[in-house]
This record gives sequence, structure tokens and C-alpha cells, in this order.
Amino acid sequence: MKMRNKQIVTTLLAAALLMFAAGCKKKQPVAPTPPPPPPPVKAVEKGPAAVISSFTAEPSTIVRGEASTLRWSVVNATEITIDNGIGTVSTSGSRQVYPTSNTTYRMTAKGGGGDAISAVTVAVTTPPPPPPPPPAPKASLEERMSREITDIYFDYDKSEVREDARATLQRNADAFKAILADFPSAVVTVEGHCDERGSAEYNLGLGDRRSASVREFLVQVGVPGDRLKPISYGKEKPVCSDANESCWQKNRRAHFVGVQ
Amino acid sequence: MKTTRPTTKLTLLAIAFAAVAWPQDQQSNIILKITGGTKSKIALPDFRGAGGASQFTAVFNETVFGDVQRSGMLEMAAKSFYPLNPPQQEGDLRGPAAAAQPRRGAAPESPNCNGRCLTDWSGPPLNANYLGFGYLAEQGGQLVAFGHLYNTTVPDLAGAKAFRKLYNGPLTEEGARKVAHEYAADVLNQFGVPSLAGSKIYFVSDRGGRGTKEIWVMDFDGANQRQLTHFKSISTMPSVSPDGQRLAFTTYAEGQPKIKVMSLETMRFLPFMNPQASMNATPSFTPDGSRILFASSLAGYSSQLYIADRTGSGLRPLSDNRAIEVEPKVNPKTGADVAFVSGRGGFQQIYRMNIDGADVTRLTSGEGEAANPAWHPDGQHIVFKWTRGFAPGNWNIFIMDVASREVVQLTHGMGRNENPTWAPDGRHIVFSSNRNGSTQIFTMLADGTEVRALTSAGTNSMPVWVK
Repeated sequence: MKMRNKQIVTTLLAAALLMFAAGCKKKQPVAPTPPPPPPPVKAVEKGPAAVISSFTAEPSTIVRGEASTLRWSVVNATEITIDNGIGTVSTSGSRQVYPTSNTTYRMTAKGGGGDAISAVTVAVTTPPPPPPPPPAPKASLEERMSREITDIYFDYDKSEVREDARATLQRNADAFKAILADFPSAVVTVEGHCDERGSAEYNLGLGDRRSASVREFLVQVGVPGDRLKPISYGKEKPVCSDANESCWQKNRRAHFVGVQ
Repeated sequence: MKTTRPTTKLTLLAIAFAAVAWPQDQQSNIILKITGGTKSKIALPDFRGAGGASQFTAVFNETVFGDVQRSGMLEMAAKSFYPLNPPQQEGDLRGPAAAAQPRRGAAPESPNCNGRCLTDWSGPPLNANYLGFGYLAEQGGQLVAFGHLYNTTVPDLAGAKAFRKLYNGPLTEEGARKVAHEYAADVLNQFGVPSLAGSKIYFVSDRGGRGTKEIWVMDFDGANQRQLTHFKSISTMPSVSPDGQRLAFTTYAEGQPKIKVMSLETMRFLPFMNPQASMNATPSFTPDGSRILFASSLAGYSSQLYIADRTGSGLRPLSDNRAIEVEPKVNPKTGADVAFVSGRGGFQQIYRMNIDGADVTRLTSGEGEAANPAWHPDGQHIVFKWTRGFAPGNWNIFIMDVASREVVQLTHGMGRNENPTWAPDGRHIVFSSNRNGSTQIFTMLADGTEVRALTSAGTNSMPVWVK
């Protein structure tokens, strides 16, 4: 323990000596140039004292990013300075400032007969936050329906879901589940349609059955039944008006419409 | 199914015509005329008009001629043979003596008095048994028609005169049509033909806007077409109570197809409670108007038939199966049996049942598709549409004697001929056809003749003819 103390003291002494020596050594080559001679000092006549007639900030409260205007008017001053980076200014004037936080501007006016000091404070408030960026544009119900849902087709005077329509209807069902989840208040109208050949009255019943059997299929694969509204249009709303089988087939359909 | 032979057709028509003729005085005479195939021949020279009435002579003459011709009860003498100077009033007629003295040197076949003698009309080439004539005049701002009818085969003028009558109406085209219908009705009445004047045809038209259908009404001859409903939706399948006071129809005005009932007196809607179903449609009234039969998907799977009070309460099912059933129509005479359309045996056919739903039998043979049954006022015949012998969708109009199942085909493949219903006289049928391109409303005699289009604007369908 004693041994170590002794060692430390020795080291410190050595260091002190070294520093001293170095300091002495440096003095020689880097002699500072003599300071410029002071300006010839005029005989200072004792003038009147400086007076700051006004020093204002307008507005005194700004939202960050806005400007406030400092205005001043000073008499009898030999030198006027404003801090916060503004520096020397003339006896009257204005300056726009853009403080980012509450800032007090001090003006010092020096006069022969005495100095004057004044200060104004510009309060800076934080602007309200901008609205959050718009969410990525979401497809409308109508767009989703037309993009993801496909009509299905029936045989003449039949309302059973055809073998070749089952896969389509299953895809529709999956899409309905997603769409109805995304649009919680939406309902899907299941429209049953017929071709122009059957009787209008009978076709109301046939369209009703087409709508019902499609709805039943969708409910069985898990689409909520209370969100599927059946409606028969019989042959009142054909999509095609030619008198041939390809056109009739287009009309014998179940069509789906999303309603918010 | 029995094949349709000409004798069947004749018998059927005789029944249909006789049914109308029973209440009339000359009933036996008329049956004789119809079954014997002889008709009276009538000449109807144009009325001329004096003063402010002259501008309405064309519509008057056209209306009279049309009414008489379309009755099918009279043969129209060829106008081109009419003498040049027909009588306008009684004083214009000359007695038999004047006619009996042809001047020497005159062409023997030329009429003796240029139209002023009845023999000018009864003789060749016209051979008309009856002559109707008269004139129009303006009197005190009113239109007055002086109408006459003479039996040209009776030699003395007093005995030949069937009637002379005065008709009054407003000095307008409408007034001219009114007095014309009245005069024609009096002429036809002489032959035991009930007049259709004043009867109306309710129908469906899309002329109010593309994609919409509204209920319209017009006079029996196509005049005065006007819109009754204004839903800007699809309103269709009208039916009128037999007393003509209520209109029931199927409408999409509130989304799913529903029945609405309207008073034709006040034009206000009457309450009708629709069952909670995806579809309520094809309403029709019982003969007393107290109840409504209709089709509803209330049971869940398929459209079935129901009966309810005219307010919709007291609902009872009439059928219970998995087929599509629509268009229940109660026999207007018995009130006890119902004709309807069902797909229970395959493609849609016409069936009948008791009004309690029992005793269902198929009326049509099972060939093709059959629909739109409408009862004749006699309760023994229906008119309907059928595709028998044609591809699906090519409907023709048929009449069936329900008891014997014998049928007569009235149209033969000219487009789609649909929704036939009877005129109140039981002798005319109104129906829709697209034979000229767009679907329009036509009338015809129950034998398929005298076909005439009543509409041309937009498309028009589902006519119902009521008193």
C-alpha cells in the first residue's frame, strides 16, 4: 500500500515536470503576433444616454414555421445590437425572425450617456399534427363485387346449381366471406334471372328458385345467410336480347349485387 | 289429346257466342245466324257534319265503322259500291213508289235514286239488309249526332225504320268518339250484340322510361291511353276485381316483388298485407271481389298458391309441393274452381283445382308449355297460351272447353302471342303479340278474326279487359 502511494506521487511529479518543460519550450517559436493597435481613441465626449423608444415582436405568438416581425426604434444610441444571431442593427427597423421555440430577443443600445436594454419574447406553439396520411385506397364494394364475383348459369326451366357452376359458386363464397368482413354493413342481393321464352309469371317463380338454391349453396359453405337477400327478376332484366341459345344462356343466371 | 276439327271450332264458337246472346231477345235468331254462318249485311255511309261539327266527322265515322265491324256480328257492305247520294235524314228517303219507276233509256243496273231509295242499298251489287245513316251538327256548343238504322228489306219506310235517335256530347274528338260508340252500340243492340262501349283495358307499358314498367289503362278501342302508376320501377301483371273497383298488381317498387292493391274509384292504394316472402305475385280476385288468390314463396323453396282476404289477412295455402305454381284464376261463374299454372309434371301446364286446393287435374295435354289461363264469363271455357307444335317461347292463343278439353287454336305462329283475356262480351279477346316487331296489344274476335292493334308506343303487354 505505502509502496504504491509513493509510486503515484513520483509519477505525478514527473508528469508535472514534463508539462512545465513542454510549456517553456513552446513559448519560443510561436510567439503571438502583437495585437493590432487599438483604434485611435477619440476623445469621448460624454453624449446623452441611449433610449429604446420601442422594441416589439408582432405577432408575439406564432405557430412554428411562421414569422414574427421585430420592430424597434432607438434614439441616442451609438451601437445597437440584438442577440440570437441578429447582430448590429440600425436605429430603427424591422426584421423577420423564425424562431422554432420560445425565444427572447434582447436589444442592447449603447449610448454616450448610458446604455439601454430591452427584450421581447416570441412564443412559439407547436402546430397541430397533420392528418394522418390517407390509407392506401381501398376498393369499393362495387369494385370488389365486379372483380371477385362471377355470375353463374342455369339450364332451361331448371334451378339446380349446375355441376360446372359449383366451382365458380365456391369461389364466390370465399370472396363473399372476405367482402362481407371488409364491409360489415353490406348485404349481397342474390338475383335470379330467366330467359325470354318462359312465361313472365312462371319465370318469377323460376327466378325465385334459382335465387333460393344459390343462396342455400352459399349458406352451406359458410356465407352468413342473413347477409344474402334473394330476389327474383324473372325475365324482367335480360342482359342480352337476341333470340338464340347463347343469348338465352346469358340470361339464365344468378347475378350478385352488393348493397351498403 | 283430341285433334281440332272444324266442327269442334264451330261448336265452341257457337257456345261462346250463344252465351252472350242468351239474355237478348233475338237469341234463337242469333244462334241460327252464327251456326248457320249467315250474317246481316250492313251499309254505313259516312255521316257529314255541319258547322263546328264537320271537323269531327272523320273520327266519328271511323269509330262507328270500327265498332260495328269488329263486333263480328255483321257483314260490312263494300264501301266502293255505295250510292253517291246517301240519305242524311228521314226526309231524304223516298218511298218504294219512287224506286219502282226507272226512266226509259237509263242504264238498267244503275240505282234508281242514287241512294235515296232503300232499294238502292238492298239491291245488287250491295245487297245490304241494313242501312245506318245520319249527320253531325253543332247545337249550343254541343255535338249532336242524328243516327238512324233502316231495314232495307222492308218495303214501306215506316216499317223499315229500326230507330232514329239523338246523341249528345262535347264538341271535341273525345265527344265525337263518345257519340259514335253510343250510336254503334244501338246499331249492334238491334242484332243482340252487347256493347263494349265504356269498357276498359288495363295493361303494362314501358313507355314511361327504359327499364321501367307501369300500369296503364285505355278505352276498349285503344283511345285515351293513360298511365295509372308512377313508381319508376317494374309494376306488372295487373288484375281487376270483377266489379271493376279494384286493381291488384305485382311491383318491384319496394325491392322484392310484392302485391299492391289500388282503388280504381279513388286511385288510392288499399292495404294489402304481403306475406314475409321473397316473392308475392300474380294476384287475382274471387268473383265477389272479397278475396285475392296469388303466388308466394312463403313456404321457402318454391312459389305456391295462397288465398287471403282482400287485405291480405286470413292467409291460407292452396298448394303444397315443390313445383313452381303461379297464376291462380277463379272461375267467375262458379267461384268454386281455380285454373292455374304449375310445373309439377315437368314443363309448365294449365291445371284446375277446387278453391280449397283439392281435386287437382291437368287441363292441357302436357305437350309444350301452357300458361296464362283466363276464364270466359260463361265459366266453361278458358283462353290461354300454348307452345304446342312450336319451339319454347313461341306462344299461340287457344280456347279450351274445360269440360271436354277440346281446344281451338286462334293464332298460328305469328310471333309470341300472350296473356289473352276475354272482353266483357265474351266474344272478343285482347292479347299481346310481337308479330310486328315490338310487343303490342291486339284485340280479335273469339274466332281469331278481326285482329286489330290498339297500341304502338313503347312495348305494351298483359292486357286485362273489364266492364
